[in-house]
Amino acid sequence: MSILEVKDLHVSVETEQGTKQILKGVDLRIAQGEIHAVMGPNGSGKSTLAYSIAGHPKYHVEGGSVLLDGVEVLTMSVDERARAGLFLAMQYPVEIPGVRMADFLRTAKTALDGEAPALRPWIKEVAAAMKDLRMDKAFSERNVNEGFSGGEKKRHEILQLELLKPKFAILDETDSGLDVDALKVVSEGVNRAKEANNLGVLLITHYTRILRYITPDFVHVFVDGRIAEEGGPELAERLENEGYDRFLADTSVI
Amino acid sequence: MWDDLPPNLERNCRIVTVVTTPEQHGATAHSDGGWGEPGYVPVQTRSARFTSVNHDDFPAVTGLEVDWKLTPVKLVRDLIDGKLDGSPYDYVASEVQGVAIEWADRDDASIGRAGTPEDRASANAWSSFEKALAITVTSEEHVDVTVSRSALGTSPRAAHTVITAKANSDSTIILQSTGSATLSENVEIVVEDGAKLTVISLQEWSNDALQLSSHFATVGRDAVLKHMVISLSGAVVRLNPSVHLAGEGSDAELYGLYFADAGQHFEQRVYLHHLGQNTRGRVNYKGALQGAGARAVWVGDVLIGPDAAGTDSYEQNRNLVLTEGTRADSIPNLEIETGDILGAGHASATGRFDDEQLFYLQSRGVSEAEARRLVVIGFLSEIVQKVGNAELEARLHSAIEAELSLTAAVAL
Repeated sequence: MSILEVKDLHVSVETEQGTKQILKGVDLRIAQGEIHAVMGPNGSGKSTLAYSIAGHPKYHVEGGSVLLDGVEVLTMSVDERARAGLFLAMQYPVEIPGVRMADFLRTAKTALDGEAPALRPWIKEVAAAMKDLRMDKAFSERNVNEGFSGGEKKRHEILQLELLKPKFAILDETDSGLDVDALKVVSEGVNRAKEANNLGVLLITHYTRILRYITPDFVHVFVDGRIAEEGGPELAERLENEGYDRFLADTSVI
Repeated sequence: MWDDLPPNLERNCRIVTVVTTPEQHGATAHSDGGWGEPGYVPVQTRSARFTSVNHDDFPAVTGLEVDWKLTPVKLVRDLIDGKLDGSPYDYVASEVQGVAIEWADRDDASIGRAGTPEDRASANAWSSFEKALAITVTSEEHVDVTVSRSALGTSPRAAHTVITAKANSDSTIILQSTGSATLSENVEIVVEDGAKLTVISLQEWSNDALQLSSHFATVGRDAVLKHMVISLSGAVVRLNPSVHLAGEGSDAELYGLYFADAGQHFEQRVYLHHLGQNTRGRVNYKGALQGAGARAVWVGDVLIGPDAAGTDSYEQNRNLVLTEGTRADSIPNLEIETGDILGAGHASATGRFDDEQLFYLQSRGVSEAEARRLVVIGFLSEIVQKVGNAELEARLHSAIEAELSLTAAVAL
């Protein structure tokens, strides 16, 4: 069983006002098969945590480490991290003009497995996964994310999660902008991926809404670049009732 | 600078974009110059440019003129002013029912219907050709015809081609050029009422080839022209299409695809003139550049005439810069002489890779090199997908793949 560990992670970004510290010492430990919800107010650094683990060049790691089964992830390139078993479902996936979704999925699968998947079973698997996510077949002929609605982009992210079968997935506000039907469909996809592949999930969200459909084992409250409180699913319920106010009283975040 | 414009140009919209990668900093002039220079009188509208079929009617070209200043004039001097061999050349064409291909005399009625030269090189070719290659389509069932030329030689020559799509005909004409050439030529395209014509001009010259080409097209009532310029190799390829949407309800889609490597200059000056009512125009040129001295020039002039009510027009150019040391000039111009239009717009962008696209692909396990390849192919496929001929589309994809296999070497 694999373990993903974040240890004392410090991350900054360059802004027009100069270097800004975003993550100020984050510690997390996720085992495969566990679901960890990271919740926090806007601007607390939740997305920075997601993109830093995935290796986006915009974020500068100032200190700490991210270990996958004891191996340092931070020195790997973005694609090496993916091949090591990490997956990031993005909040705003980019459009890639001229690249058909079907070709993209097959290229990614080939890159991750080191060999092309056998064609017929692969096509069948893609079709079944799309059906589960209520995605029209015609999507596979469309260019990656081009002209997709917000909800369609999110389904496409979860489709990849199910097909690419990572060990750990970071879901960056996958629930944002989804109506309740789409939220259910997407949540079912995450639960399926967990059951099928013993997926470990780091579920980043502002709202408790998605936690009605994906039950977390652990909840971490993220405030001002650190984890301010940790607990079980009951902590999410408390946040639903109280909001983040009690965490914000002593910080500058409004 | 805006204050210097004469009042009747106020509605004109000019965007000038020049992107120079660092090795050439300091070597750039404003790419669409002339404004503000003492004694400079700009051409009032695009349609007011001087035209003539006689070489001597044009003033000598110094290389400073607005329409020549982005061209390596020294390299093509022979084509502008030299004596040109205008004799017929060898070509290979597919034989298709409903399409006639023959050499026509200078006084043939089909010649001179689509336009008149606007520059000295074009007039030089017009003065020099002995016979015109006349391609006449009568078939109302869609037909594909490929005309290839590969042995034009290295001494300067002139050529003249006339493509006539007879009323209600439907065809795709592929003009493909390979081998060496020092060529100045004119291509006339007449799309008669109700005809549908696709013209694909494919340049895959050898690396010493020099080509100055003017395409003139006139599109009749409810007729549709799709015109594509695809330039993949050659030292200098300057191909300027001028398209006149003359008939009511006529439609033109003008596409371009180029991939410029080190030592290649690909230039296209596109002119789309909306004359008739309810005409539609789409211009989309996309190119990639790699290697020191790779050069692309795109000038897009759209003129919506006073009688062109109901016009719907859009033009854009996009360049993807793959390495240091390249230069792309991109200049869209839009003149509107009637307010009664559906819409008109233009866009231009030149840039490097979109880091977010690369990150997205890499985060799915795709290596950086493969991600770049996918992004470039995707960028250019928007144009390839317009070709509408599966065999040619496949060939273009492999040509682009071959170009990209150079990129890694160039970048190192």
